[in-house]
Formats: sequence, structure tokens, C-alpha cells
Amino acid sequence: MLEALSEKLESIFKKLRSRGILKEEDIDAALKEVRIALLEADVNFKVVKDFIQNVKTKAVGKEVLESLTPGQQVIKIVNNELCGLLGGAGAKIHLSPNPPTVIMMVGLHGSGKTTTSAKLARLFKKEGRRPLLVAADLQRPAAIDQLITLGKQLEVPVFHSKEMKDPVALCDEAVRKAKLDAHDVLIMDTAGRLHIDEGLMKELSEIKAKVKPKETLFVADAMTGQDAVNIAKNFNEQIGIDGIILTKMDGDARGGAALSIRAITGKPIKFIGTGEKIEMLEAFHPDRIASRILGMGDMLSLIEQAEQAFDRKEAEKLQEKILGESFTFEDLKEQLKKIRSMGPVENLLGMIPGFSKVKNVSVDEREFVKVEAIINSMTAEERRNHNLLNGSRRRRIAAGSGTTVTDVNRVIKQYVEMKKMLKMFKGKKGMRMPKILPF
Amino acid sequence: MGFLDRLKEGLAKTRKGFIGKVEALFTGRKIDEETLEELEETLITSDIGVKATGEIVEFLRDKAKQGEIQNTENVREFLKQEMMTLLGPSQPLIISGERPFVILTVGVNGVGKTTTIGKLAGRFISEGKSVLLAAGDTFRAAAIEQLEIWSKRTGAQIVKHQSGSDPAAVAFDSLSAARSRNVDVVIIDTAGRLHTKSPLMEELKKVRRVIDKSMPGAPHETLLVVDATTGQNALRQAEIFNSAVGVSGIALTKLDGTAKGGIVFAIKKELGIPIRLIGVGEGIEDLRDFDSKEFVEALFS
Repeated sequence: MLEALSEKLESIFKKLRSRGILKEEDIDAALKEVRIALLEADVNFKVVKDFIQNVKTKAVGKEVLESLTPGQQVIKIVNNELCGLLGGAGAKIHLSPNPPTVIMMVGLHGSGKTTTSAKLARLFKKEGRRPLLVAADLQRPAAIDQLITLGKQLEVPVFHSKEMKDPVALCDEAVRKAKLDAHDVLIMDTAGRLHIDEGLMKELSEIKAKVKPKETLFVADAMTGQDAVNIAKNFNEQIGIDGIILTKMDGDARGGAALSIRAITGKPIKFIGTGEKIEMLEAFHPDRIASRILGMGDMLSLIEQAEQAFDRKEAEKLQEKILGESFTFEDLKEQLKKIRSMGPVENLLGMIPGFSKVKNVSVDEREFVKVEAIINSMTAEERRNHNLLNGSRRRRIAAGSGTTVTDVNRVIKQYVEMKKMLKMFKGKKGMRMPKILPF
Repeated sequence: MGFLDRLKEGLAKTRKGFIGKVEALFTGRKIDEETLEELEETLITSDIGVKATGEIVEFLRDKAKQGEIQNTENVREFLKQEMMTLLGPSQPLIISGERPFVILTVGVNGVGKTTTIGKLAGRFISEGKSVLLAAGDTFRAAAIEQLEIWSKRTGAQIVKHQSGSDPAAVAFDSLSAARSRNVDVVIIDTAGRLHTKSPLMEELKKVRRVIDKSMPGAPHETLLVVDATTGQNALRQAEIFNSAVGVSGIALTKLDGTAKGGIVFAIKKELGIPIRLIGVGEGIEDLRDFDSKEFVEALFS
């Protein structure tokens, strides 16, 4: 599926001929695919609609950076907007100035509350705190046993009672107990419940009113579909949530629910669960989730790398040189360095949609080293004017760079051809970065 | 309360939302692009998927062009027809002559496998069948205890090993026990696993192989439990579980929320796997046979 999206976008981008600024029709074509991608990622229909409208407004008339194609530019704007919507990284759990800090875990059945409670307890324990887990799920058979087992593994005490039938009273008792035993963090694992179950939702509000948690965390399954908005909206309006934990991110769901929940509640995503093992809880990185939702992680990093390596001014300078026919060996060397700074060339090619299909493209990295060595063995004058390179100079360069005259001849030939090719670009306005690979 | 009533009740919220919208769309309006776009929204927000939605909307557009759709009733009939065609005829879970009849239950974490097994056991026992549960989720903390509680509630027998033991061994022992005790139905629980974890999928394949070796032809039903709240990923789950252990039916759980469970249309269409059961509540009696006609009728009535 991911492959399919990059391929689709590639074919659209090929059609985008306009340069300079983004035109509405280009944006529409690209955004149509982005819309489908978002819907396939389970982002809620209405959230997608608003999002696309927003991106369109921002993108129309925007300049296309020299190093990007218009399509890439649109995707870049989409990505920035997505990251913006998903919120900043490193949202922390707030601790009460007067311990214990009470954390209440809420969510649907099977979203991963119990496992996540244990994971959080582990995190606090590692920080040197004294957490207490509270088994407040009195509904699901053996939910208490599950938390007790996890508590044992972590060596974190679990407050539980098989006699108490009222979770409100149980949580209240847990707070008293925590104060007595000098626990500084309480994590309350409440029963899973449907957001439309009025009785159980009321019970949750009562617990909240009683124990006044510092953080009420909404635990949501990353695989959740369109209904994520209804669920999150209900929990937020009826209980009031302070943050979100997205679980089961180790699957291959694109996780559009993250965007839906964020958009509907405005609350930060604090952690993501990335596995069944108790240490698998990670901080949330909006950029990673953004590319995952778009289903084009590689494409985005390529855009990013291209932007970093070729900044705009340098690109303009290079363009002037080419147009002024002053493209020298020095420039060639500079370009090669930039390309190589973007990472192994084979990886770069793999990131370009379409190229991923050509599996056995092999690029010899040593070839780059050779070309660089050859250029380094030229005098400054030779680099500026290749016509000086007669037979004896070529022999000297070969000896100096540890290559053969044949190698030197090939590099010079490639350079001359490149120069010819570049000349053909002359006069065409807003041309793109030329192809400068020496093979 | 009759079956249809109970189903309708369970799906009341679904129906209210869905039908309310569709009706509002078509009352006293001509079928134009705007209406079709609104319909698209209704279908997509039901998790039916972009692709299936596109096909349905195309179908209605054609019918509208041909003049076959003019009013609300027409549209409903066409939609019902199209969605029924997608789902195909009902294929409920039938306990055939095999004895014991072996059901293997699989699915990702937190979809409600153990609960579904408990309800299923309750149903068979109320039908006068003897049931043996195999506590094959040896991984998750207290999963065995959870199944034990269900066994006590329903009166089903249980075969269990220690936590952390080999689930294939549990399955093997449960079959031996079922044969010697002359049990009618064996339901094997397995640990929830994400379909992307290949070692865990290999483990599941092994469980299946061992079952087949112990009783050739078994399991007679491999039930994939799918959470109705899940979005498009449910199709991937179905694809991968199917290629690993051959899924013969789907149990769609948590339909009593506001989620529509529309992904079953894609699962049926792409993989041809029938939906056998639906969960519409927490009680033992809230596990129902999936009947495509009644399901679609309940959506539209």
C-alpha cells in the first residue's frame, strides 16, 4: 500500500510542469491523492476535509524551492501542517507539587490500559519514584490478577481488593494508602468502557471528582478507525482528558486515529506503546507519525535531505555558473560532495519513488572517491580550464590520484559531456538541479 | 425478545446514525453530485473504506443517470442491494458432525478473543453441548485466570498449562482430553498478537499444525476476532492471519459502540471470508449469528 502511494504521487508529480510558484490545479491533483492516503490511514473524514482545505489555502502561490519539484513542495507543506497539527514532541506527564500525583487511565475495552499502566509504573520507578498501581478494573475477569502479575514483574506494589465492589471507593482508599506508605505516583487502571455507556461514564466522572487526578490519560488503539473522533470526543467532554497514549504502534496500522483524536480534543499525545514487553513505551514524535500517516516516510526524508544539502543560494550560484558556462571541475567536486553527504547513494536512489523497483541498481561508492581524487590532483588552473589537460598532465594526474590515465580520460570525458548537457538547459527558465552523477 | 429485535437493539446507535444521515440526504432532493458526496462521507465514516465506498457511489451514480433512483425509498433499496451483494449470503457458524468440533480463535491484542470464547461456550452449553476450553494464551498476564473465570461461569471444562508454556502443547492436550472425555466442542484460545510479528505468527502456525496432526482435518473453524472499532488495518489483519493459518470465519466484536464495523465489507470482498458472529454487548447472550440480510436490514430499517 505504501509503495502504491509513492508510485501514484510520482506519476502525478511527473505531470506537474509548472515551476516557480504552486498553481491551484497542481495542488488539487496532489491533494486528491493525499486525501485518499489520509482516509486510508483512518484519519476521520471531517478532519481530512478541514486539513486539505487548510493546506490548499497555504500552498497556493507558494514559491517552489529550487531543490524540490512542485509535487515535493506540496508534500512538504502537507507534512509541515501534519506535524503542526500533531503537536510538539516531548509532552511530559505533569507531577503534582503535593504528592502523590494521581494518574487515571481511561479508554475503551482492549485499548491497552492495564499494560500501559504497568509500563508507566516502570518509567516512574526508573526515575527513582515510588509508584503504586491501582487495580480499579472490577469489570473484566482477571483484570486484577493481570495487574498484580505485572506489578510483581516490576516490583511495584499493586493496590487491589477482591472484596470492594465500588471502584470510586477503591480509588479513594488507594489514595489514602498511598499517602500512608509515601508513594509519590498513583496509576489507576480503570475498567474499559464504551463512551456511550452512561452509567459507566458517570462512574468514571465520580472517580475523577473523588481523587482529582493530575493527569487523566486517554488510552487509544492506533488501529482505531473513523469512530476515533466520537470516542475521543465523548471521553473528553464527559470525563475531561489531559493527554493521549497511543498503543499498538508496533503494528502496521498507519495510525490516522492519532490525527483524529488530536484534532478533536486538542490534547497532547504523550506516549506511544510499541510492543507487548513492559519496557516498550516511547516518547511521541509528531514527525514520525506524520510520515507514517502519509505512508511516505522515505520520500519525506529525501525531501528533507535534499533541502539540507542544497540550500537555495548555493543552488542559484550554481545555476548562474552553468548559464555563464563557467561550470568547472571545482563545481563538480562540490556537487559530488553534497550528494555524498546525503548518505550512501544506493540508499538515496532507493528513496526515489520508481527507483525502488529497480532492485539491482548498484552504485560503486569507490567511483566517487576516484573522481574526487582525480580532481584533487589537478592544479587550480586545470580545474578551471580543462582544455589545458594534455597527455603529460593527464599522466601526472593519474599518478597523483593513484588511478590510471584511462580513469582520468573518462572523468574528463564525462565532465565535457556534462558541460554540453548543461548548456542545453541554457535559456530555459527556472531549471532544476542538473544531473551530475558521474556514470 | 426475538433475534431481529435484539440485533436491532444492539445496532440501534449504528442504525440511528447511518440511516438518519442517509434519509436526511435523500428526502425531497434530487440525486446530484452533492448528495453523492454526502453519501460518500456517510460510507467512509462507517469504515467501509475509500475503495468500497467509491464502488458503491459509482453504482448509485450510474443508477441515478439511468433514472432508476428518484427518491429516498429507491436509494435505500439500491444501497441495500449493493451492500448485500458485497456481503453475500449468510454463513453462520455451524457445528458439523465432527466430534470434537475444534474451533481455533485468533486475533490481534485486545479485540475480545477470550470474551468471545466465553460467550461462545455459554451458547453451546445452553444448546446442550459439552464444551472444553483450551487456555492457549500462555503469554499475557492472567489470561489463563480470565478463561478460568469464564469456564466457571459457563460450566465449560478447561485445559490449562502454566503461564509461559508452549501454546501448541496446550492445544494438543486439550484435544486428547476432549477425545477421552467425549466432548462436543473444543475452543482454543490463543494469545493476541499483532500480525506484523512474524515469530508470533510462526508460533500460531505451529499451533495449527499440531492441532491438525492430533486430529486430521481440525481445526474445523478458525475464527478471526475483529474489533469493530478498528479501521482499515482490519483488512491487513485478515489477510495475514488468513495466509498464516487459514481463517474460515470472522467474529466482529464491540458493535454496541458507535463504530460501524464497515471494514467487514472489504474483508468479505477481498478475501471472501464470511462474518460468522457479532458481539453486541457484554452479556453471554450478546454474541449473535451474523446474518447479512438482517445486518443490512437492521442498518437500513
